[in-house]
Amino acid sequence: MTRKRLTRAGYNTAAVLVLLVTLFPIYWMVATGFKRGVDILSFEPRWLPIPGTLENYRSAIGKPHFLQDVRNSVLVVIATIVISLALAFLAALAAARFRFRGRAALVVMLIVVQMVPLEALIIPIYLMLDRAGQTDRLAGIIVTYLTFVLPFAIWTLRGFIVNIPEELEEAAMVDGCTRAGAFRRILFPLVAPGLVATAVFSFILVWNDYLIAYVLLRSPEKQTLGIWLASFTTNHGTEWGGVMAGSTLFAIPAVVFFLLVQRRLVSGLTAGAVKG
Amino acid sequence: MRAVETRPPSSRRRATPAERPPAPRRRPGARARRLRPLVPYTLLAPALLVLAAILGFPLYRLLSLSFQQYGLKELFAGRGTFIGLRNYQDILTDPFFWTVVARTMVFAGVAVGLTMGLGTLVALLLRNLARPMRVLVTAGLVAAWAMPTLTAISIWQWMFDFEFGVVNWLLTRLGVDGFEQHNWFDQPLQGFTVIMIVVVWGALPFVAITLHAGLTQVPAELEEAARVDGAGAWQVFRHITLPVMKPIFLILATLSTIWDFKVFTQIWVLLNQRPSREYFLLGIWSYSESFGVTRYGKGAAIAVIMVILLLLVTSFYVRQMLRAVGP
Repeated sequence: MTRKRLTRAGYNTAAVLVLLVTLFPIYWMVATGFKRGVDILSFEPRWLPIPGTLENYRSAIGKPHFLQDVRNSVLVVIATIVISLALAFLAALAAARFRFRGRAALVVMLIVVQMVPLEALIIPIYLMLDRAGQTDRLAGIIVTYLTFVLPFAIWTLRGFIVNIPEELEEAAMVDGCTRAGAFRRILFPLVAPGLVATAVFSFILVWNDYLIAYVLLRSPEKQTLGIWLASFTTNHGTEWGGVMAGSTLFAIPAVVFFLLVQRRLVSGLTAGAVKG
Repeated sequence: MRAVETRPPSSRRRATPAERPPAPRRRPGARARRLRPLVPYTLLAPALLVLAAILGFPLYRLLSLSFQQYGLKELFAGRGTFIGLRNYQDILTDPFFWTVVARTMVFAGVAVGLTMGLGTLVALLLRNLARPMRVLVTAGLVAAWAMPTLTAISIWQWMFDFEFGVVNWLLTRLGVDGFEQHNWFDQPLQGFTVIMIVVVWGALPFVAITLHAGLTQVPAELEEAARVDGAGAWQVFRHITLPVMKPIFLILATLSTIWDFKVFTQIWVLLNQRPSREYFLLGIWSYSESFGVTRYGKGAAIAVIMVILLLLVTSFYVRQMLRAVGP
């Protein structure tokens, strides 16, 4: 009995340790964001942001081009997701519901393509966009995001469609529905949650990008939020309050969307997505 | 037979309602029937065309660039000069290349080992916790997982700040000497420790939660039976849990390998976009050859080598995936 209690205490201690390691950094970011400058720059850490201030948030939002960067980010994210979902849905339908020559090759291609690191492709992509005059343009960066969001979306949507029993559509067709009608009336409503989930995964992928925006977007009024955030971490050791406030703001949309689909993310990612 | 025309006739499925003679209705014309096999290709066409343009062509271009001299002059002229294997020759005979390859492999190896090892421990821990505690720890993991990479980087950068960082304070408080005003990035080994912490902190939740989800699939009777037969905790894990979990382990390990092999952002941002050569991994080196010193040809060759190494490491995984997807 005592031994059992001892083991339980051991497990709980380990659990507290894991909690500390996962949550303390996040707490520290949020707390620092609300601290006064003197409390941030103190050799003895102040554990609570009391007395607090909104000064850091004001300074982060007041950075030049902040609103412009928000607008750019939203535009880029929406355009990337809409284009890739539309294309991916049709392709995933073909890959999941039809047998055709080259289907196996398509599946292999979708897997292999996701393994080619963007860090390698950014060189030719940059040179191509440069020739087309599309560097420092949002259109260029949207196209570049498609290179990894599109294969990912096809692969994930294919997984969602495969999991919907084909018999439902067949029954509709027996009842006189056309194949297209069965897709529209039966499959589409059933796969809608999958579409939403794929959209959110794609959002997270795009939101996490730094490299592409950093390479392709040069002028401050064209930049996205990631670059905005990284741009004031360079002032080393100076403005930690602003950096932490900015980081918190940057994390909020990602966290909200992430929580929406977290359960599906476990199966979704292991089901074949490779890009991180 | 409307629903099955696209399947080969040998398809061994039980007869579904659709395979019975169709209910009388509008008869599709012969033309429509002839066009039916084209349907999947029509659906695929837009996506494949876009992929060919934005992915296929850059891939081809990457390869061709790697055989060219392509610097600022060529950038303005818009075309490179073919120099055969010279870029590759330069790289492979450069001792720095081998240092970077070794460093990249060691970094990825340690990162994957730590992520998988700690992830397994946390997953096993989750299974042994009482429900409220388990929910709490899962929530903590999900919170860390949800943090965007850039946010995670700035958090740790702040915590490891040389002057006011909480880590230096803690170490000094614990009586470890030499951490007052200590700059972690002065020395590559310590710098890589910080980079490693950021990478593992970001990757661990996904691995731990996925493994925990997988652990719930391990039949409890099987483990119970082994325990009754006198197996210890380690033996149960080694002979029952591990074999059942093997596919998940493989996929997670390979995913982590892919992610950790091409680590870029963490190093680039932590070192304020100016990493010194001691911090170069393959991705950073390729980037700085191309965009730093505008030798795009050589940068492309490094990138090609990186892709080949990565494909070698992960070809194993592709085989596993194909087995799962089926012919």
